[in-house]
Amino acid sequence: MILTWLTFLPLVGALALLFTPAGSEKLQRLIALLTTSVVAGLGVVLFVGFDGASADMQQVTSHAWFSLPAKSGTIEVAYRLGVDGISILLVTLTTVLMPLVVLSAQKHIDKRVKEFLFWLLLMETGMLGVFLALDMVLFYVFWELSLIPLYFILGIWGGERRLYATMKFFLYTVAGSLLMMLGVIWLTWQTGEADVRALLNGVGDLDPSTQLWIFLSFAIGFAIKVPVMPFHTWLADAHTEAPTSGSVILAGVLLKMGTYGLLRFGVGMFPAAALEMAPLFMGLGALGIVYGAFLAMAQNDIKRLVACSSVSHLGFVVMGLFALTQAGLRGSVIQMVNHGLSTGLLFLLVGMIYERRHTRDFEQYGGIASVMPVFALFFVLSMLASVGLPGLNGFVGEYLILLGTFEASPLWACVGVAGVIFGAVYLLMCTRKLLFGAVTVEANKGLRDLDAREVGIMVPLVLLCLWIGVRPNQFLDKTAGSIDALVTRIDAARETRTGALELHLPQAPAAPAEAQR
Amino acid sequence: MPNDNWLWWIPALPLLGSALAGVLHFLTLRARRSAPDAKGPGALAWPLACAAVGLSFVLSLVAFNTLRGLEESARVLESAPWPWIDAGSMQVAVSMVVDPLSSVMLLVVTGVGFLIHVYAGGYMKGDPGYAKFFAYLNLFVAMMLMLVLSSSLLGLFIGWEGVGLCSYLLIGFWYSKGWPAEAGQKAFVVNRIGDACFVIGSFLLVRIFGTLDLSAIGAGVHEHLAAHSFELGLAALLLFGGACGKSAQLPLFVWLPDAMAGPTPVSALIHAATMVTSGVYLVVRLNPLFAAAPGVLLFIGVVAAATAFIAGSSAVAQRDLKGVLAYSTVSQLGYMFLGLSAGAWAAAIFHLVTHAFFKALLFLAAGSVIHGMHEEQDMHKMGGLRKHMPRTFVTFLAGAAALSGLPLLSGFFSKDEILALNFASGGAHYGLWAVGVVTAALTAFYTWRMVGLTFFGKERFDTHHVHPHEAPASMTVPLMVLAVLALGGGLLNLPAVAPFTLASQGLHHWLEPVTRLGDEILHHGHAPHLSHSVEYALLAIGAGIALIYAHKGFHAYKEGLARDEQFREQRPALQGLLADAWGIDRAYRDWVVQPVKVLALTIAVLVDKLVIDGIVNGAAALARSLGQRSKRLTDGSVASAGLWMGAAAALLAFFWLLGGAR
Repeated sequence: MILTWLTFLPLVGALALLFTPAGSEKLQRLIALLTTSVVAGLGVVLFVGFDGASADMQQVTSHAWFSLPAKSGTIEVAYRLGVDGISILLVTLTTVLMPLVVLSAQKHIDKRVKEFLFWLLLMETGMLGVFLALDMVLFYVFWELSLIPLYFILGIWGGERRLYATMKFFLYTVAGSLLMMLGVIWLTWQTGEADVRALLNGVGDLDPSTQLWIFLSFAIGFAIKVPVMPFHTWLADAHTEAPTSGSVILAGVLLKMGTYGLLRFGVGMFPAAALEMAPLFMGLGALGIVYGAFLAMAQNDIKRLVACSSVSHLGFVVMGLFALTQAGLRGSVIQMVNHGLSTGLLFLLVGMIYERRHTRDFEQYGGIASVMPVFALFFVLSMLASVGLPGLNGFVGEYLILLGTFEASPLWACVGVAGVIFGAVYLLMCTRKLLFGAVTVEANKGLRDLDAREVGIMVPLVLLCLWIGVRPNQFLDKTAGSIDALVTRIDAARETRTGALELHLPQAPAAPAEAQR
Repeated sequence: MPNDNWLWWIPALPLLGSALAGVLHFLTLRARRSAPDAKGPGALAWPLACAAVGLSFVLSLVAFNTLRGLEESARVLESAPWPWIDAGSMQVAVSMVVDPLSSVMLLVVTGVGFLIHVYAGGYMKGDPGYAKFFAYLNLFVAMMLMLVLSSSLLGLFIGWEGVGLCSYLLIGFWYSKGWPAEAGQKAFVVNRIGDACFVIGSFLLVRIFGTLDLSAIGAGVHEHLAAHSFELGLAALLLFGGACGKSAQLPLFVWLPDAMAGPTPVSALIHAATMVTSGVYLVVRLNPLFAAAPGVLLFIGVVAAATAFIAGSSAVAQRDLKGVLAYSTVSQLGYMFLGLSAGAWAAAIFHLVTHAFFKALLFLAAGSVIHGMHEEQDMHKMGGLRKHMPRTFVTFLAGAAALSGLPLLSGFFSKDEILALNFASGGAHYGLWAVGVVTAALTAFYTWRMVGLTFFGKERFDTHHVHPHEAPASMTVPLMVLAVLALGGGLLNLPAVAPFTLASQGLHHWLEPVTRLGDEILHHGHAPHLSHSVEYALLAIGAGIALIYAHKGFHAYKEGLARDEQFREQRPALQGLLADAWGIDRAYRDWVVQPVKVLALTIAVLVDKLVIDGIVNGAAALARSLGQRSKRLTDGSVASAGLWMGAAAALLAFFWLLGGAR
């Protein structure tokens, strides 16, 4: 029941907003803040009560909805929600980020506030639904629900080139969604099953080549969302033109829908197909790490640099997922959260300096550390989290991912490690150009430092970065049961694969079915 | 056994001190915002930071004493573990361990660290970032202690990266000037190259041993020797790659000379006495692993000899006082690795300790000179300073004498032991020994050139405007303590042929429990041995070379710059090459930095914008033109695309519902 509350409370808040009179912006912001805060509280309660040792879906809600025809028999579509070790961290991250996003929008969203908050809350419902849905059709509904608000946020409150960015985002997304829809239809039609739990226990009746095709339609659809290089060019434009709060959600949560999808529906449902395609995706991930880093190095727009860094960081996640090893999967799951925190922080900080100077051009900065020491402190901390300094969160994820990838493919692991070097290059370069040197631009001399609200937005995120860095096990443990079960299924698929000819890809592996009940 | 939880306090105290000093910094900033010349509580940071490191030093002494009271085989203190990362197939737990090796490192880090903290109080006086400086300095000590105390390679890596971070922050401490910030960035990035090797090496260790626990790895080497000798060698080589970054060996030493952009106490603490020696510590800590790879050891020797020689010869042609000391540090680190390559683990640590004493001393004394000369670092603009700053002069002399290896001083004994053990190893090590001897001559020469140029001859600065003055007691007292250590540090490990047998080989015996495994694997119980007469002869060669070249250097420069000018006129190419440190830094700029920049631009503009985006935009344009041809199907706008998606969804729903009704 808690999951239904969690998912639809933001929608209730959004509807409540509609009944507020025009001009009552304070009230509207308060409603949004309260709603998201309550949801965040629920998210934390859910996290604390979650049993990480279990591989089962927890807090499951299920109500029959309608039925559809399938190849043989019918598909029972139902309202099914549940959470397991793969989704729990992302759900909690989403709920915790949202109130901070609402707070961050205090300044830079000053027109059509009600509308903005409405889309924001609607988007939260969509995003939480994506992570919680245990029904293929329901999942697709939530997926679209979470994307539509972003078109508007980008198109209405975005920067100068917002129309181009929105268009590009839209085209990419539609392409991805269509592929995904194809996958959903095909899968449910063939198996007669829409229940994610049942599908996770085995789609083995499908012949291998069908599995491979369905896997690919999912994987490419999600890869566009992640984005995996070479599907990444929408990201830099969308990030750069989005308002700060949009960028934070985009980096913090929306991109994770892609990696979550890859993990849940790609690797999770089709371990055999994932094994076949692993070298390709691992390679794309590794190349993405280096490619994104080089891309970031060449930027002279701060926000674009951070956006390009996302391509690099998400390359890590994809590489770790398709390493298909314990360490790699654990690392990827925790790195999804890490990226949300550290990149979210960087976008917030870039937004704060943009609100003061209205430029993102490095040429216009330099020496900011001497004018805004508190800003500099937070910027350096976020940069270090992003660069993967041990003791902060990024290191845990990167190390596990690289370790796990090394087991599967030393070559790609080494490419990824090289990416760590280039990561240091662009992040330090960015820090130096922004913060260090003499204050040469007149307009920078009188900049006021961060105020209490701005510090308040960042403190929880920085504390989380530290917490994950020092006690990562408290988070990793929550994912342990589900990942163990997944690895068992992958290993079973691996055995049948090496045992039989490649043409006879796995029948439903029995052992993992037990693990998942 | 693991119940000595108080060991956690050793790194925790400076960490706490760092946090408090950071708070003081921001309180000061706040006070200054309301009144620009308000002092704020920043000045409290100095006593606070000193107390934190001082207490750590006391705890280190306690740990050392406790160890001494134990049986030789039982000399380990261990705290309860901190369960850090659970990788599923492997757990990383970090506990604090004090054994003979880490006890030595502890005392050096906290002892020398304490003296430098005291000194820095005077040196940094009046700096607007006073409290921030001590926050960084304390954080550095905490991280360095984490490095030497960790039971796990990954815990060590926390310290390893942590000290790198502090180095970055402190090199760029005066970031408003611009180039210190660039130097800091360079240090971090170059170190990252080494760290990348370190990380891959750690993956190999996980693959072989299934753990990153240092003692488990050390104990397991023997068992895996036969089956995994290639992987062991590769892992050792990669870890040495990490050491090359941190300990400034070829080809990664280029960051250290630039690191001198930081305040001088930082150069003394981080870039001479402690952090840069962590690569040496790493090798000694994993000595069984390195002993299992003789080829890698020889490679280390070649790299070390080349580094020692190249850096030593570059020091001869530097004009910047701190520049000489920086290249000297690189060169001396080369000596330490030279010792390691011969399996002389204890000798390397011995040189590490004595170097910490005399190089910290030299840097601090140089800082005192620079301070007194109003931030002038060019030795060509100094001269005759012995009259103006007598205490600094005397202590500098002590450091110089020790560095140049004058007989019976600390540097003499430690350098001699490294060279003697290389000589004893024979084979290729004869060659390494010869390079070491040549470098010893260079060392004596550049050291006394530096003394001559700085303290003797006529004043080459405008005596009307610059009035050199002696530093306050808070700065000179640490100098004196270090001077005593630099002169007498040899007592720690006198050669076996020394007449007082009681003190001979003290450090060697103390470290034996740690180095025994490596010795066994390397020598199979037959350690190379020198006869007494050869040992005496080597000592005599060392003493002779040091005396002759110290004299030459001093004699040539005690009157003035004539010799430097002569050198530049007669051998301009050689002079330029040496002053430029053999052009290695420039080679990096031309062959690494520039290509990377070009590649980044190519990727961003050519590949990303033109090719990938071109395809995307082209597809969009194509869709639009198709749309126009088929009239209003799509005009490329969001709205109509949305309609398309809606239509598709409706179609899907229709198809399903139709089926449902059937």
